[in-house]
Amino acid sequence: MNHSYEFGLYVFMLAAFLGWELVKRVSPLLHTPLMSLSNAISAIAVVGAIALTGDKTATTLIRTLAFIALITATINVVAGYLITDRMLKMFRKREPAAPSEGERK
Amino acid sequence: MDSILPIIYLFAALGFILAIKWMNHPSTARRGVIIGEIGMLLAVIGTLLRAEVHLDWILAGLAIGSAIGAPLAYLMPMTAVPQLTALSHAFGALASALIGTAEYYKETPHGFTMGALAAETLLGFLTTTASIIAFGKLQEILPTRPLTYKGQNVISFIVLGGAVVLGVMLTAGWSDPWMFPAFIGFALMFGIMLVTPIGGADMPTVIALLNSSAGVAAAAMGFVLDNRLLIIAGALNGTAGLLLSIIMCKAMNRSFTNVLFGAFGQVTAGAAAGQAVQRPVRSATPEEAAAILDASSSVIIIPGYGMAVAQAQHKIREMYDLLTRRGVNVRFAIHPVAGRMPGHMNVLLAEADIPYDKLLEMDEINGDFPMTDVALVVGANDVVNPLARSKQDSPIAGMPILDADKARSVMIIKRGMSPGFAGIDNELYYMDKTLMLFGDAKGFVTNIVKELGSNHH
Repeated sequence: MNHSYEFGLYVFMLAAFLGWELVKRVSPLLHTPLMSLSNAISAIAVVGAIALTGDKTATTLIRTLAFIALITATINVVAGYLITDRMLKMFRKREPAAPSEGERK
Repeated sequence: MDSILPIIYLFAALGFILAIKWMNHPSTARRGVIIGEIGMLLAVIGTLLRAEVHLDWILAGLAIGSAIGAPLAYLMPMTAVPQLTALSHAFGALASALIGTAEYYKETPHGFTMGALAAETLLGFLTTTASIIAFGKLQEILPTRPLTYKGQNVISFIVLGGAVVLGVMLTAGWSDPWMFPAFIGFALMFGIMLVTPIGGADMPTVIALLNSSAGVAAAAMGFVLDNRLLIIAGALNGTAGLLLSIIMCKAMNRSFTNVLFGAFGQVTAGAAAGQAVQRPVRSATPEEAAAILDASSSVIIIPGYGMAVAQAQHKIREMYDLLTRRGVNVRFAIHPVAGRMPGHMNVLLAEADIPYDKLLEMDEINGDFPMTDVALVVGANDVVNPLARSKQDSPIAGMPILDADKARSVMIIKRGMSPGFAGIDNELYYMDKTLMLFGDAKGFVTNIVKELGSNHH
């Protein structure tokens, strides 16, 4: 395996800084959905599980571990995205009719 | 195919970055989720196409995972979002840890790759058990108070030290058959020991930290598998969790060390509970409270974990509607650590259909309290305690608070006079302008709503 880990470290550093700058701008309103979304994104580990389960050199032990990992990572992906969307659907601005009602006194 | 996959991964990474970027505002956030889903789908399909054998296993795994994940996301009530998030972290981290284990037995690498593998496996396993304990506490299967014993921190550090030493030895090229299982054992144990002594109200910081460590584990896996997409996704999640936990710590004026190893709210709670009851307070009935709210022109509601426990958010929405209809300016003041995870209150109030432009964070609304007729505290305590400003030796000294005490009058819905998580008495309760509304949050607000509904002007 030819590991270009130096390159990987650069990627990590830049992605971490980018993440910091992006997350800083996220409204505190959305901190809960942000957490479930970023968690769902990091469940991209599912690709590692797929590759390992489908690797023809894998032994039974390795394939079993990878298969369990595949299931738990998929749970994380599916539950993470769906709950994020379910939460975000609830964030609504005031309905157009309401403000005029509120202003009269 | 091999030449296309890196391009697919590149687009997936772009999707993830845009997803986080678009989370900055509620109006673009759902678009962010969609682009994140597309990124994930691209990456999964791309990887599927390259699988050499056992496509049936892979599809079965994806199907089983989806069959468990989808009901989890849809059937859990919104009040259970902190538990669900903890559970999600456990699943994701377990995946990273198991893949690390599988890679170890496949390649038995050394040097840099083994270092990354050790980091992936250590963080993965400890995040798994820590998140399961956090889930247990949030679901109240386990006691939410801090569980401590003598010499706890020393033993925790020995366990962590054991895991780190074994990780270093494995990296250096040792490969005795007992080493890796022992390494896993220490990692699992440390996860349990890390969260057991942490109390319920410190959960926002802990959940954010576990979110971060699950991300770093995924990034470490990226180094093991030489996969840039994993590195980027893991780094994004790692920094998101870290930044959130820093925000939580700042909002309590406490350090990570104090949150993780301070067993906060344990000793002091017992000491202060006895003496708190003596001083006189003024209390009021739902009828009186309704009359005061009705006569006011501006109200700020301060929700806390007590509102979530009592499930009072829907009744509060009814009260909000009635008051708003009469021209009262009703807004909500959200303290960063109110509830059990970052942003918890916002989700509950949004679920109750309260428009999000009425949910204001501490810095936005604190200046408005002196011009506000009523500050109504529902199930919050330490975050409105003026002692944080004045008393230097109190456990919450220097914690930024919502300035409820500066409003023209204060009403506090509370079951009794027990102190909050920090275990100290709240000066706010004894002020002349304060009325205590004793009762269950949901029941009391229901009565206020009835009262407001009956006397129509």
